[in-house]
Amino acid sequence: MGKAWTFGENLNTDEIIPGRFNITIDPLELAKHVFCEIKPEYAKNVKSGDVIVGGQNFGCGSSREHAPIAIKGSQARCVIAPSYARIFFRNAINIGLPILECPEAVADIDEGNEVNVDLASGQITNITKGHTYKARALPDFVLKIAEAGGIVNFLKEHDIEELMMNAEG
Amino acid sequence: MGTLIEEIFSRKAGRSVRAGEILLLDVDYIMSHDNTTPLAIKAFREIGKPILDKNRIVLHLDHAYPAPNVLAAENHKKIIEFVKEQELPHFYKQGVCHQVMIEEGYIMPGAIVIGADSHSNTYGALGAFGAGLGSTEIGVAWVTGKCWFKVPETIRIELTGKSQPGVYAKDVMIYIAGLLGMDGATYRSVEFGGEYIENLPMNERIVFPNMSTEIGAKCGLIEADSVTTRFLESDTPAQGPFETFGPVNPRYERVVEIDVSELPPQVACHPDVDHVKPLEEVAGLEVNEVYIGTCTNARYEDIEIVARMLKGKKVNPLTRVIVTPASERIYKKAMKNGLIEILMEAGCTVTGTGCGACIGRHGGILAAGERALTTMNRNFIGRMGSPQAEIYLASPATAAATALTGRITDPRGYLA
Ligand code: SF4
Repeated sequence: MGKAWTFGENLNTDEIIPGRFNITIDPLELAKHVFCEIKPEYAKNVKSGDVIVGGQNFGCGSSREHAPIAIKGSQARCVIAPSYARIFFRNAINIGLPILECPEAVADIDEGNEVNVDLASGQITNITKGHTYKARALPDFVLKIAEAGGIVNFLKEHDIEELMMNAEG
Repeated sequence: MGTLIEEIFSRKAGRSVRAGEILLLDVDYIMSHDNTTPLAIKAFREIGKPILDKNRIVLHLDHAYPAPNVLAAENHKKIIEFVKEQELPHFYKQGVCHQVMIEEGYIMPGAIVIGADSHSNTYGALGAFGAGLGSTEIGVAWVTGKCWFKVPETIRIELTGKSQPGVYAKDVMIYIAGLLGMDGATYRSVEFGGEYIENLPMNERIVFPNMSTEIGAKCGLIEADSVTTRFLESDTPAQGPFETFGPVNPRYERVVEIDVSELPPQVACHPDVDHVKPLEEVAGLEVNEVYIGTCTNARYEDIEIVARMLKGKKVNPLTRVIVTPASERIYKKAMKNGLIEILMEAGCTVTGTGCGACIGRHGGILAAGERALTTMNRNFIGRMGSPQAEIYLASPATAAATALTGRITDPRGYLA
């Protein structure tokens, strides 16, 4: 269970973590500056289990993986948005930051609402309002990568071809 | 049978594929630069398996090169040590990665090239599939030689007519960004075609796939034709024969038709790339810096336009006018043909090659309250330094006219 932090549409990677901080790849170091220009109170007050609720096209802009790493490093549990920018979507999956697509949840959740997320089922519960929402299911092979904790961990144990056998099977 | 992206993927997969399918494909080249390579190295080390094929890996130092601070220097050192350790044959520090990839002949029609940079879409100008990925996937591809792709739906942009003098590919692409919006093509392949595109030289074509990133596209593609093969033969060391093929009975998600004949110069205004206005609506707005550079518009022809317009004149003395040629090859040609001297005589500052001020690390950073007009592809808040600075995007010709007056200026009154 955690608190919701809400963000607007088309949030870009510079707004998630400005380019000048991308000289490091340390998640905890990046987390100190995450959202620093648009929500400076976030990095100071975020608690483990909090949830990022974003708008459409979340994470647009550069291909920098620093953006999902900074969010993951801040101990946020997951991101919920109606849609993601393409590279952010891939990057988040690859580094093991859970991302859910759920326009209904985004429309209803207000900043500070207490939210519980069950990643396996995609069930999102807004405890403050007493509402539940169902996130869209992720494709099989994406779940496979997420379950392994990211593509790097997946490859330690498997060959890349297994990803697709799983996806198609 | 299918759209251009379906054709490219079908050839690679060895069977006919359709939008919506997920494929695991062999990639021809795997590109990364000083900003993104360190994370790829980290992923590579964690996986703990060897590189599959060194010949497919291309590394660049361009984003903060030469190093403007100690941290960037540490990055460069780490990458060079990796190149040495792994004996990687393709390592460059001769300019912006995308430009160098094209110049050095890595990009050919039908190829699949992935890059740890969002503007890897650029390669679509030569009929190749180019897409930006994160560093981790680059590390994964070093080991596996493969990458997963979902075959995207296609938006076709059909461009007709002939643009007016003083109106360039950049103006047309900025107009498209305004029309479709920043997420107008998310996850989509954008095919640029029609008689306008067919008649464009390669340097102008490149602008479209390059900025397809700004509308969220997975890739931006232009069908390879005789312009493409002539360019490859005369301007790159790439070895033919080159495959030229186009869409076959394609099914498009959407077709957008645009006649460019009446289009005036366009400007993408602070703070979003889709905040687009005809230049006349922002004409006269004072700027502190004019920046001519980047993978979008710092090719030889762009510099030539600027030099022609500035020849024998002086730029506004209170405006910083900075020119960063995209690559050393371009720089050398501009020098040989006297363009650099013209620019310097006019009062421009010509820097070394690379990404320069584009990501606000060095080479033209903006202070709070300042405004820049640039030939870049994106104008995010804080991109060039202070988050209190404003960035306006336009063509090289508009940049040159603006350099002369210190205010956003229509180039059509200044064309030489
Ligand atoms: S010039 Fe700018 S947009 Fe192009 S690769 Fe470099 S930083 Fe990216």
